[in-house]
Formats: sequence, C-alpha cells, structure tokens
Amino acid sequence: MDFFHVLVVLLESTIRVSVPLLFAALAGLFTERAGVFDIGLEGKMLGAAFAAGAVAAVTQSVWAGLLAAILVSVLLSLVHGYASITQRGNQIVSGVAINFIVAGSTVILGEAWFRQGGRTPALADGARFQTISLPEADVIREVPFLGPIYADLLSGHFLLTYIAFAMVPASWWVLYRTRFGLRLRAVGENPGAVDTAGISVIWLRYRAVICCGILCGFAGAYLSLAMTAGFVKGMTAGKGYIALAALIFAKWRPVNIMFACLLFGFLDALAIRLQGTPLPLVGQVPVQFMQALPYILTVILLAGFIGKAIPPKAGGVPYVKER
Amino acid sequence: MSTPYAKLPGWVEYGLVPLVNLAVAFLVAGLVVLLVGENPLEAAYHLINGAFGRGEYIGFTLYYATTFIFTGLAVAVAFHAGLFNIGGEGQAYVGGIGVALACLWLDKVMPWYVVFPLAILGSVFFGALWAFLPGWLQAKRGSHIVITTIMFNFIASSLMVYLLTRVLKPLGSMAPQTRTFAEGGQLPKLDWLLSIFGLDVGTAPFNISFLLALAAAFGVWVLIWRTRLGYEMRTMGHSPSAARYAGIRESRITVITMMISGGLAGMMALNPIMGEQFRMQLDFVQGAGFVGIAVALMGRSHPGGIIPAAILFGVLYQGGAEIAFEMPSISRDMIVIIQGLVILFAGALENMFRPAITRAFAMRGQRAAAVVQAKGA
Amino acid sequence: MDDIAIELRGIDKSFGLVHANKDINLKVRKGTIHGIIGENGAGKSTLMSILYGFYQADRGEILVCGKQVSIRDPNTAISVGIGMVHQHFMLVENFTVLENVMLGAEDSQILNKGINKARQELKRLEKEYALEVNPDALIEELPVGLQQRVEILKALYRRADILILDEPTGVLTPAEADHLFRILGQLKAQGKTIILITHKLREIMAITDEVSVMRRGEMVATRTTRETTVEELAELMVGRRVLLRVQKGEAKPGDVKLAVQGLTVKDSRGVTMVDDVSFEVRAGEIVGIAGVAGNGQSELLEAIAGIRRATSGTVLLNGRSVDVTGHRDPAELRARGLAHVPEDRHHVGLVLKFEESENAILGYHNDPRYLNGVFLDIDAIRKDAEEKIAKYDIRPPNARLKTANFSGGNQQKIVLAREMERGPDVLIIGQPTRGVDVGAIEFIHKRIIEMRDQGKAVLLVSVELDEIRSLSDRILVMFAGRVVGERSPEASEGELGLLMAGVEGRKEAAG
Repeated sequence: MDFFHVLVVLLESTIRVSVPLLFAALAGLFTERAGVFDIGLEGKMLGAAFAAGAVAAVTQSVWAGLLAAILVSVLLSLVHGYASITQRGNQIVSGVAINFIVAGSTVILGEAWFRQGGRTPALADGARFQTISLPEADVIREVPFLGPIYADLLSGHFLLTYIAFAMVPASWWVLYRTRFGLRLRAVGENPGAVDTAGISVIWLRYRAVICCGILCGFAGAYLSLAMTAGFVKGMTAGKGYIALAALIFAKWRPVNIMFACLLFGFLDALAIRLQGTPLPLVGQVPVQFMQALPYILTVILLAGFIGKAIPPKAGGVPYVKER
Repeated sequence: MSTPYAKLPGWVEYGLVPLVNLAVAFLVAGLVVLLVGENPLEAAYHLINGAFGRGEYIGFTLYYATTFIFTGLAVAVAFHAGLFNIGGEGQAYVGGIGVALACLWLDKVMPWYVVFPLAILGSVFFGALWAFLPGWLQAKRGSHIVITTIMFNFIASSLMVYLLTRVLKPLGSMAPQTRTFAEGGQLPKLDWLLSIFGLDVGTAPFNISFLLALAAAFGVWVLIWRTRLGYEMRTMGHSPSAARYAGIRESRITVITMMISGGLAGMMALNPIMGEQFRMQLDFVQGAGFVGIAVALMGRSHPGGIIPAAILFGVLYQGGAEIAFEMPSISRDMIVIIQGLVILFAGALENMFRPAITRAFAMRGQRAAAVVQAKGA
Repeated sequence: MDDIAIELRGIDKSFGLVHANKDINLKVRKGTIHGIIGENGAGKSTLMSILYGFYQADRGEILVCGKQVSIRDPNTAISVGIGMVHQHFMLVENFTVLENVMLGAEDSQILNKGINKARQELKRLEKEYALEVNPDALIEELPVGLQQRVEILKALYRRADILILDEPTGVLTPAEADHLFRILGQLKAQGKTIILITHKLREIMAITDEVSVMRRGEMVATRTTRETTVEELAELMVGRRVLLRVQKGEAKPGDVKLAVQGLTVKDSRGVTMVDDVSFEVRAGEIVGIAGVAGNGQSELLEAIAGIRRATSGTVLLNGRSVDVTGHRDPAELRARGLAHVPEDRHHVGLVLKFEESENAILGYHNDPRYLNGVFLDIDAIRKDAEEKIAKYDIRPPNARLKTANFSGGNQQKIVLAREMERGPDVLIIGQPTRGVDVGAIEFIHKRIIEMRDQGKAVLLVSVELDEIRSLSDRILVMFAGRVVGERSPEASEGELGLLMAGVEGRKEAAG
C-alpha cells in the first residue's frame, strides 16, 4: 500500500509539472504545423507569467492576470510572426531574440514597478487560482484504491490544469476536424497548395501564430497564478525548451504531446523523488541524469534510432511565390 | 531572380545597414529605459563611462570582449558553412572540463606557460567533442542541427552540475566548484598592455587569453579565406549544389566545421576559469554562447566585424554594471534586453530597413543622373 | 462573341529585365481543347499564371465569357470558373485525396458537415468523367498519374468550366498520358473548355481543336489543328532563325573516350528520367544531344558527371569504368580527365557570391598548383584567373569582382575557361549559351570547336536546335528519356523537330 501511496503522490506531482509543458507544447504545435518554427516558447511563457503576476498583483483579479498573460504572449507571437512571415527573416534567430528580450525586460520592469528583486508581490488568495475539489472527494478518498486516485490524483487541481488536459482533445479537434485546422496543416506541408486554392498563406500563418500566443499565455499564467503565487525571475527555467522537445518527441501530434509532456513531467517528478534514494539494480541514479533524460530521448528520436520524427515539410521556410 | 534586393554600395551593405539596425535596437532599448522612469541619455553616459572611464573599466570591458570573441567566432565559422550552431553555450561549458583537468593536474608543479597550452588543447578537445555529436547526427542521421544543439546545451548543463557536485568538487567542500588553482593555473594579466596607454588595469581580470582570442580571430580569417578547407566550407554555405558539383563532401564538411566551431566555443572557458575565478564554477559561461550569436550576426561573420562587435558587447556588460550601480532601477538585465534587440534587428529583421535604404539610394542615383543630364543639356 | 470562353488582350509582363510576355492576344473558344505550344522559356507558363491570378500582368485585359475581369489572385480565378492543373502538383502529400479536394472549398467551418457532401460530389465527378480514385488514399501513396487526376478533380470540384493544364504529360508514362487524353476528351464532351500547355507536338495533333504558338514571349500564330501540320508548327515554334554558321573543318574521330552503356536514371519519385541510353563519344568529335527540355538530357549529363546517382548502366571514361550507380566522386572524375560545364551555372557551376578567381578553381581546388600545403595560394589562384580572363576576354577583367556582378555571357566564360583550360580528355557541356548575349555566343562556339580540333571528346546538350546543328558532328535525339534516333547535322530542322516531338521516334521504334 505504501508503494501505491508513493505512486499516487508521484503521479500527482507529475500532473502538476506537466501542465505548463502541455500548454506550451500545444502552442508550438499550432505554429509548427503551420510551418513557422518557434524556439521562442520559453520567452513567451516567461513574458506571460510576468504579465499575469504583475497585473494580478495590481488589480487583485486573477482573470485580469490571465488576460494580460494572453495579451503579452500574443503580442510577442506577433513580433515573431512579423519577423518570420512578413519579413521572411530567420525563424530561429527571431525566436532566440524574443527569449532574450523577455528574459531581460521581465526583470527590469518587475524591479522598476515592484522593487522586490525581480519578483512580483505575493498574490493573495483572491488574486490567484485555487485548487478545485471534485464533488465528494473527501468521502470517496476512504474507498480503497479508487478513492485516492479520485481524491488525490484527479481532484484538487487548478482550473488551468483541467483546461490544459481539455486542450488536448480540443487541439486535436481544431486541427483535424475544422476547416481552419485542415488549412493550417496544409500550409505547413505545402504552402503552394494553399495559395493556389485561393487561401492567403500569410493570414493563415498569422492566425496560427496567434493561437500559439494564446496557449503560451495560459502556460505562463499557470506558472505565476497557480503553481506559485506570483512571478519569480526566470521562473520558466527552460520549460519552453522541454516543451519544444516534447513537441518533437510527440512527432507533432496532439495526443502524443500529452503523453510526451506527462513522460517528461514524470521524469522531473521522479528526479526530485529519487534524490539520494538508490534504486534496485542500478543503484543511485544521479538526479542530473533524470533531468537530462528528456533532451537525450529527443536527440535519440531525432536521429531516427527510435522511429522517425518528420517535421512539417515547409517548416522554417518563408513562403515565396515561385516563378 | 535570386537577389530580391537591389545591389547597394559596399559601405552601405556592410556599414550603414548594420548601423541602422543597431541604432534601432538601441532606440528601442532607450524606450525601455524611459518606461522604467529613467533618463536614457543618463544611462548612455553611465554606460560609456562605466566601460571606458578608467583603466580598470577598460580592463573589464576587454575581459568580457575576450569571451565574446571566442563565442562569436564559433557561431560565425558554422554560419560560413551554412550551419546554425546554437550550442555554443554547451560547448563552452563542456570545454571547461578540459581547462579544469589541465589545471588540476599540473597547476602545482608547472608554471602557467606550460599549463596554458595544455588547457587550450583540453578546452578545444572537449568543446569540439560536444559539437561533434550534433554535427555527426546531422551529417549521417539527418537530425536538425539547431534542435540537437539546443538539446545538447541542456544535456551539458546537467552533465556539468553532476561533475561539479560529484566528481570535481574537493572533498569536504559544499560549493559546486573545483578547488582554487595554484599559480600554475592562473593566467597573467595584461597590465603591461594597458600601461602602454598609461592605464592601470587595477583589479580587472584582463588576461592573456585576450591575445589568444585575437590570434583565434586571425586564425579564423586564415581558415575561412586562405585555406582549402575554408574554401570548401564557404562553397557549401553559399551553394550546396555547387559544392556537390565540385566534389565537396557535405557530411565531412559538416562534421569538421562543427568541431572547429565547438573548439572555438570551448576556448572561451579559458578566460573565466584561468583568467578570473581560478577555478571552475557552476554556470561560468553565463550566456556567453548566446551572446556569440548576436556578435556573429552583427559582425557579419567576419573576424574584422566580430572583434568590434565583441567589444561592443563587452561595453554593454561592463558599462551595464555601472548603470546598475548608478541607476538602481536598471539592473544588469538591461544588457540581456539589448542583446535580444540586437539579435532581432540585426538578425531576424535585418532586411526591414533595406527597402527604404535602397529607395533612398535609388532616388539619390536618379537625382545625380538628372543633374548629369541637365549639365549635358 | 458568345462562344469565346477566354480572351486575352495585350497582356504584357516583365520580370526585371526578362520580358516574359509581349503584348499577347488570344481567344479560346468554349467547349474546345486549345493547345498552347512553344519551347521552354517561351512564356507559356507565365501567361497561364497570369490567367490564374498568380501574377498580375503589367498591362492588358482578360475577358472571361465576354466579361472583363480583373484576376487579382487564384480566388478570383476560381470564382470566374478557371481551374488549373500545375506542372508541379499543388497537393499536400500527407493528406487524403478527399482532404486535398476540399482544401479551400470546405463549405463550412466544421469539416464533418461538408465532408459527406464532398464525398458524394467527388463520387459524382468520378462517375461523370471516369476519374476513379480512392477518396481516402494518401496522396504520397498514389502514383503520379493518379495524383494528377486529383488535381483535375480539385478544379472540377470548384466548378471550373475552364481548365488549364500546364505540361500535364511531363511526369506521365505514355499509357498514363493516353488515359489523360481520354479524360480530357470526356471533359470536352461535357462542355468544358480546356487549355493545354505543352511543348510536345504529338499531343497537340492528337487532341487539340486549335493551337496557338508562342515563341520568345510572343504569340506568333493560332491555327486550327486539323488544318495545320506538325512541320508547320515545328517551324513556327523554333522560328526561322538566322543560322549561326560556325567555321569548322571535317571531324577526325579517334578512339572512344566516353562510352555510355544502358544508362538508366530515376528521380526521387521513382520516375524514369533516362531510359536505357547507350552511345559513344570519340576523341575529336562533338556529339550533340537534341531534345526538348525535360526529356532526360539534364539527368543524363548529371549522371555522367557523377552528381546524380544512376539506377543502372555503365560509363567508361578513357576505357576505365566509372561507378555511376554507387559511390560517385566528381573530384575523382575530374582527375581522370572529365570536365563538366553544367546547365545551371547560377546554382551549380558557380558560387555567385564568390570572387571571380575563387570560382575559377571550383572543383579544382585540390590541385597542388593552387595550394601551399593546406593553404590556398592566393597569388597563384589570382594569376591563373587573370590569365584565363585575358584568354577568354572576360569583362570586366577583374579577378576580384563578385561573380554575381558579371553578365551572363561572362559568367559562362568563367565556367568554360575553368573547364576547358584543364585540357580534359572528355568535355561535357550543358546549355553552353543559355542566357548568353550574342557576342559571347560566337566566342563560345569557337572555343567548343577548338576543343574538338585539339582531339577532345565533346558531349553537347542544348535545347537550342540551331546550336546543336551548327556544332555537332553527330546528333542524338532524346525523347522521354530515350535516344530515339541519330542523325547527321545535315538533317533538316523539320526532321529533327519531328524526332524531338516523339513522332518519328514512335514509328522507328515500332518499325
């Protein structure tokens, strides 16, 4: 029973750390399937987290915070869109630039406005997301086996957590069951086909980039309004890159993305759990190895040693009408 | 057909266009300064003063520039072969192992001039090793080098934390760092160089690896423009189809270029480890690998452009510290913003102002032609 | 005027210095198949791209069914009933047939609502025009012929009444092409108007009602197909040009220097581009390969030069075999006496951003005379380049100028100087005078003859029939990847034209 309890706790924290990855990876899914590569997920998430923390602190409204997060993240997406769609600039360079601009400005602005060493003020309960208890969680907890799963694993998360997981089927539905999704996937594979079908490649890609901004906004808001009560300098700590890795690891598919994020989240949770505890057979696993594992796995996958990750064909290439 | 923009005179192409882009980056940075309620001109004053006001400041500026020359060259070399090595950060970090090993091994028994060459070899070896894998994976397995090098940055970071907390840390110490090196692991300062100009280097860690950086810049120039290998790299970078026609093997060039690039990034580790801290600490690279991208973009991948660009970033880092000291509401993170803006305007948006500049020159050309005509009539 | 589906009046279009369409007038009657024929680069595709709204004309009017329309983008073209089947299919390869057909014409925001309707409509179209294709198949798994069928279905699904097909048979096997023609006949019977762009005379004669001929950006004639002949069309297409007579003496063929045996090349899609080609080139002769562009000449050259993998066959260079199917090394071939002037000097033969002198050693950069150990001997390289500049009268005579700043003719001379001055045994040349000014053409032709007279074996590929006729000692004609005949340079233009169009070749092969 003890093992079961440990497992439930482990999975619970897996879910907690997976949520921002999930939002960000789904965000990346939208732009990359439309043929715009985005290594600026990290920056957008960080900018959104800051906007959420700052606005929620000032307005004492969690919703204003969320809205600000989405707004800032969409604006940053539009900068990336302008550089890579309109100006046909290098998409990698643009993403790197955005990551830096955000990393610097969140600290400078935070310090200027709040003077707490780059933090935003700690949020009161009303200005941040609260966990939601599913109906009868306390009663059902006593039921053996299923009880803890319901009460501790499924219940007691933030609203955004449930939204994140709802986003998986929602993204799938948008991409595979709507006109917008059909066109978006087409423009990432062969923009010429979209153009000759009488659809604007540019506007379509901009819309994809905006979708990415919205989802990154959620990711950032989760960090500063749910996971912690306020913004902390550099709080994304590479999550945007792990999300990117998860996106590739999932071969650019929504349901796979959920599993990839859960896997990477699990590794993270396990690493913390295992710190200092030797495992049977292998002995003590260095926590750093566990932390590097998502990246190692992605490299191995990319190299085609386990399956083959084929990116959208037109990815990273600005569209120019052929002569 | 293949040139979307009209041709501009060389000084416009290599001088004016980058300067306009740089100016816009600084203008936007100035806006940020305004936004936090400070005076941008005052900030600019502190920046310049902080970077050049005293011999010691200049020493710091050049110390930072040294680091950025290495990482800028690393990115530039890869650019020449059409490769985007975004992994300079990790390569520099891992390169530190080579430096640390050489120092830990010999610092107590050998003078610096024996340890230094070995440390150079070590840094190049480990940096190149860390770039070899992404290069090989792209050449043989087709994995995208940008993604792989990003992943390798993180893997490097974990690896180094592991090494510094478990392997290289002296017994009984809590801090994740190697022991402090003895004399043999400390590079001499270049105080004599500054004293020629009547400047006192003070406590600035401006050291001999600056000369190594200049030599490396010269070496890269020779490599790119004066060797067969450089010729093959440039051919591949400009036109993979022409390279195939010329019998140049793409996979071989990819791997070799990445190793050179990684080696240069690795050499960066010499400056902070042997030149300033005299030990290897956690996170000693401090984002220099990424600054290299900005430096290479601004310097147009030419050593002659990279050195001034690296000095500019040295000014930002050193002068930025001064701003942070004098203007409490602006921390050193301002540098990070400017760095991002430079990458944005000199890199991703490099063509934004080109149409306007081209138009301006076309108009000037027309007017000149009209004048000639009028004179003729 | 009721029976005119499309009328173009004074269409004019330039791309920079290239005048692609000059004052084009054209009438296409409803319910007919109208062919537009011309050599590569005659401006056919540009004209049709204007009609489909992909480019805007600089001047001129477009009338559809008598009404003047302004076609700003493909959307307007579709809305006035114009559909286009592109030469390179505009299909999303990892989508199903149905998804590709629906793309851009989905009916509603949610796919499910329209999908059944689309499926039914597709069924109806399939039945009506005999265009069977599995709607749930992935495009990448379909053979090329079926992919093209999807393109046609896409246009019909958008209710196109006027269908433009751009070089539709270029990627098809003869059987597939015949099938396509039956489909086009069917479409015509249903009242659709079809514009067929091609450079193949046989197709024009087989299925069109009327034919318009383009040459160098101009519309030179329109004929009723029944009342014209292949000979007349061939002449209109090529034009009665002033034949550039090149002074040359009798060839004195020596030993076989280059022997090609059963060479077959397939492209990345698995389409056979070169089909079991065999020939020999002897020292001191020029063998010309004539053919309309796209019939496998480019691939043949590239396979011999070692930059494209051959599927099967052998090549002997100086009597020694070349590994054309396995490990290919252009550098080794150069060392063994093969020089190659590629067709595409902008992307293959030169690096436009290099200085002239740097391009003058491209491919020969391993030669010790340009090197000091691993270093480039810049002085030797520049001196060498300057000698070639003088000898080939390359202007401006500046070895340090960026190659992009030279004119087309001078760029070509840079390549020729590099390849010829090595004194190779075998010289293979693709399109020696494409995009080259008249003055340089004569010079280049003379140099090629000189090479022959020095005893080199020269293999020449050109889409300019004149050039082939005036330079070659023997002419091989390629059609659809095969060598369909050998003629002497004295053969008439008409005779060669028929071979190039695949007309005579069929008879020969059959007989």
